[in-house]
Amino acid sequence: MSLANNAMGFGLRVLNRFAGLPVVDRLGLRKPAEKVLYQATRTGFRTIGALNRSFSATQKLLKPARLPHGRAPELFDLTPSEEQQMLRDTVQGFALEQLRQHAAAADTACAAPPELLQQSSDLGIALMGVPEELGGVGSERSAMTNVLVAEAMAQGDLGLAVACLAPSAVSTALVLWGNAEQQSKYLPAFIGEKIPAAALAVLEPRPLFDPMNLTTLAYNAGGGYVLEGVKSLVPRAAEAELFIVAAQLENKGPALFIVESSTQGVSIESEPAMGLRAASTGRLILNNVRLPASALLSEAQAEVYTDCINLARLGWCALATGTAQAVLDYVVPYVNERVAFGEPISHRQAVAFNVANIGIELESMRLLTWRAASRAERGLSFSRETALARRLCADKGMAIGNDGVQLLGGHGYVKEHPVERWYRDLRAAGLMEGVVLV
Amino acid sequence: MINLENPKKFTALVNQAHQVAAEIFRPNSRKYDRAEHSYPKELDMLAALLDGMNSAGGNGGAGAAGVRRDSKDDGTGNRNSSNLSTVLGVMELCWGDVGLLLSMPRQGLGNSAIASVANDEQLERFKGRWAAMAITEPHCGSDSAAIRTSARLDGDDYVLNGEKIFVTSGERAELVVVWATLDKAAGRAAIKSFVVEKNTPGFELVRLEHKLGIRASDTAQFALVNCRVPKANLLGDPKIDVEKGFGGVMQTFDNTRPLVAGMAVGVARACLDETRKVLEQAGVKIDYDRPALTQHAAAAEFIKMEADYEAARLLTLQAAWMADNRKPNSLQASMAKAKAGRGCVDIALKCVELCGSIGYAENELLEKWARDAKILDIFEGTQQIQLLIVARRLLGKSSAELR
Repeated sequence: MSLANNAMGFGLRVLNRFAGLPVVDRLGLRKPAEKVLYQATRTGFRTIGALNRSFSATQKLLKPARLPHGRAPELFDLTPSEEQQMLRDTVQGFALEQLRQHAAAADTACAAPPELLQQSSDLGIALMGVPEELGGVGSERSAMTNVLVAEAMAQGDLGLAVACLAPSAVSTALVLWGNAEQQSKYLPAFIGEKIPAAALAVLEPRPLFDPMNLTTLAYNAGGGYVLEGVKSLVPRAAEAELFIVAAQLENKGPALFIVESSTQGVSIESEPAMGLRAASTGRLILNNVRLPASALLSEAQAEVYTDCINLARLGWCALATGTAQAVLDYVVPYVNERVAFGEPISHRQAVAFNVANIGIELESMRLLTWRAASRAERGLSFSRETALARRLCADKGMAIGNDGVQLLGGHGYVKEHPVERWYRDLRAAGLMEGVVLV
Repeated sequence: MINLENPKKFTALVNQAHQVAAEIFRPNSRKYDRAEHSYPKELDMLAALLDGMNSAGGNGGAGAAGVRRDSKDDGTGNRNSSNLSTVLGVMELCWGDVGLLLSMPRQGLGNSAIASVANDEQLERFKGRWAAMAITEPHCGSDSAAIRTSARLDGDDYVLNGEKIFVTSGERAELVVVWATLDKAAGRAAIKSFVVEKNTPGFELVRLEHKLGIRASDTAQFALVNCRVPKANLLGDPKIDVEKGFGGVMQTFDNTRPLVAGMAVGVARACLDETRKVLEQAGVKIDYDRPALTQHAAAAEFIKMEADYEAARLLTLQAAWMADNRKPNSLQASMAKAKAGRGCVDIALKCVELCGSIGYAENELLEKWARDAKILDIFEGTQQIQLLIVARRLLGKSSAELR
C-alpha cells in the first residue's frame, strides 16, 4: 500500500468521524427528528427484548396435536383445490390492495402499520396451520397451501409479507414439532384476537452462513440450557414476544429452542437492511440466556432441524416467486406504454425477450417450489427438490428483480415506482434462512 | 389437488422406455455417431414393438401417434393421458440417445402431422408408413411463411415445384409431408401440407447432410420438379382461409414443441447422471441440505444445473398436462421448449467442462451429447422464435407488432 493511498484512507476516516459527530446535528446539518425516530431505521440501536405476555396453558394436552399428511393423489395435477383457490384469491386481494398500498411508507419507516398486521391476522391464515383440538381450523398439514399463501402475499409486498407471516412460522413450528406441554403453553396465544409478534431466528451475521454449522451455542446447564450468540435479520425483532432460535447444542448438533423475549440476557439490536425493511429486521443477541429444559424442541432430532431449514427455504422461494410475479405484472404495461423511437419499447426484441425470460424463469421458480412443497406435505423426502428450488429462486428471482429496474431505465431507479424496492427485497431470497415456514 | 410427481399409471411405460434407452440405444450410440448415414438396423425390431404398443392404445414412441384430441370427453376432472405419457417416454428414450430416437421408423414428425390433421381416409391409407416432414428451404427457416415451394392444382393432382432442406429421416422415410404454397401472394393462409410418396417422379433426393451431432439421424435435401401429387394427399382444408391463416399447419407445432422439450430434458439428464458419477468418483460430494456456496465449486455448479434441468422438466410436463386437459398451451409449450433447449445445451457443455478430458474424449458419450444437444435449441422453433412467441403472449402483441 502506497503512502498516498494510506494518507487518503486516513483523510476519509477523519471525514467519516466528523460526519458522525453530534456537533453536525447541532449545526442543523441533519434533521433533528432523526435522532428520536427509532430505531429500526438506524443500525445498532440496542434495546432489551420486548416484554412478553405470560404464556400459559388454557387446557393441558395429553399428547401433542398434529395435522395429518394429505393423501397422495394418483395423477399429475397443477390445479389448486377449491379451498386453496379461494384462500389464494382472498390473500391476493388483500396483498394487492392493502400491502401494495402501504408498502412504500412501511419500507421508509422500517415498520409495518399495526392495523395492517391486525387485518392480516384477521384473515385467519395462521389458524389454518393449527389443529382443531387446539382451537385452530386446520384439518390437514399443507405446505402447499402455505406456499400459495406466501406467494400471494408477496405479490403485494415482500417486506410486509414477511412481517405478516413471521408469527405463523413460530406457531407452525410448535404444531409440527412441539410436545404437548409446549403446545399447551404457547399455541393458545396464536389463535387469539391479538397474535403476538414472534420470529424463527436462524441466520447469523457471518459470510457463507451454513445453518448446519451454527456459532450460536447451547450448553447444558443445571438441567436446562444456556444460549450464547447472535441471530441476524430477525423480523419484528424488537416487538417479538417469542422466538424460536436455532443453536448448536453441545454434543448434539443444531437444534431449536423456544425463547421468551423477556428472558434475562435477551437483547435486540436494530439491523435495517437493503430490503425487507417493512419487517423491522433486527439482531437477536443472546448473552448467557438461561432456558429451562422444556425450551428444547423435539429433543434436538436432526431430521426435524433439517425439515425446518428446508420448509423455511421453501417459504423464501414462494415469497420470491410472488415478488417476481409482481415485477412481471408491473413491467408488462410499462413497456407497452413507454414509447421510444416512435413505437412502444415492447416492440423491440431486446425488451420483449427480456420480458419473455422473466415469464419463463418465473414459471420455473413456481413449479420447482410447488413440487418441493407438494412432496413435503405428503411426507416424501424434499431436500433435493428444496435445494433446487432455492438455487433457481435465488438466481432467477434476483435476475428478475434486476430486469424489473432495467426495463424502466432511470424511472426504475427512483422510488416513484416499486421496482427498486423489489430489486432490494429479492436479494434476500438467496441468503435468508429461517423466518418463514410453509 | 396439486401433485407434480409422475403419475403411477405411467410407471410401467417409463420403465419400458428406460430399458430400451439403456439396452438398445446406449450400446449403439457411438457406432452410429461414427457411421453417419448408415441405417441403424437395430431399430427395426424395436419399431415393430412400438407399433404394437401404439396400436394397443399406448403411446410409447416419439409422439408420432399424434396429438389428435380424442372426441370422447367426460368433461370432468383431471386427466393424465397421451400427451403426458408421450413426453415421459421421450425423456427416457432421449436419456438413451436422441439421434436414435429421431431415427425410429414410423416415428417421424410427418407421422405426427398425419396423425394430428389427416382425415379418416388418409389415416387409413398412410397407416403404418414412415413419414418425414419437409418445411425448411434454403432461403427460409424460422420464417416458414416465406416458403416458395409452390403447389398448382392441375386436374386431379397438385404439381409441386421447389427445394426442401433439413428433412429429418428424409432418406429412410417412405413418405414426406411437404409444405407448399397454393398462392404466394395470399401469404400464410395459402400454405398447405402434401403427403408425397418417395418414388414419385420429380421428387429427387439431392444429398444428405454431415452434421455436428444427431448423426444417427439422416438429414436430407430434396428437389421437387413438376412433382405430381394426388389431390387427395393434401392434409387439412384445401381452401385458402385468410381468417384462419396459418392455424392448420402450425397446429402440429403447438403439440410437438413439448416433445422436443422432452428430448432436451432427456439429454440433459443423461449428462447430469454421468457427471454426478464422475464427480463422485473424484470425491466431490453433493449435499442438498447445505448451502450450495459452502460446497465444492463443482458441487455448487451441479446443483445450479440440476435446478435448470428440473425447471425444464416441469415446464415440459406442464405443457403436456395442459394439452391432455384441453387447456390452450401455446405459451407454456414455448416456455418449455425455450427453457429446455437452452438448458440442455448449457448443461451438456458445462458437464463436459467439469469432467475435463473424460468429458471431451470419445471414450465416453458426454462429448457426443454436447454435440447432439445443440440441435434441440434450433429445430421445431429456435430459441429466438420461442422467445418471440412467449413475449407476444405475455405482452399481448401480434406478430405484426412484435416481429
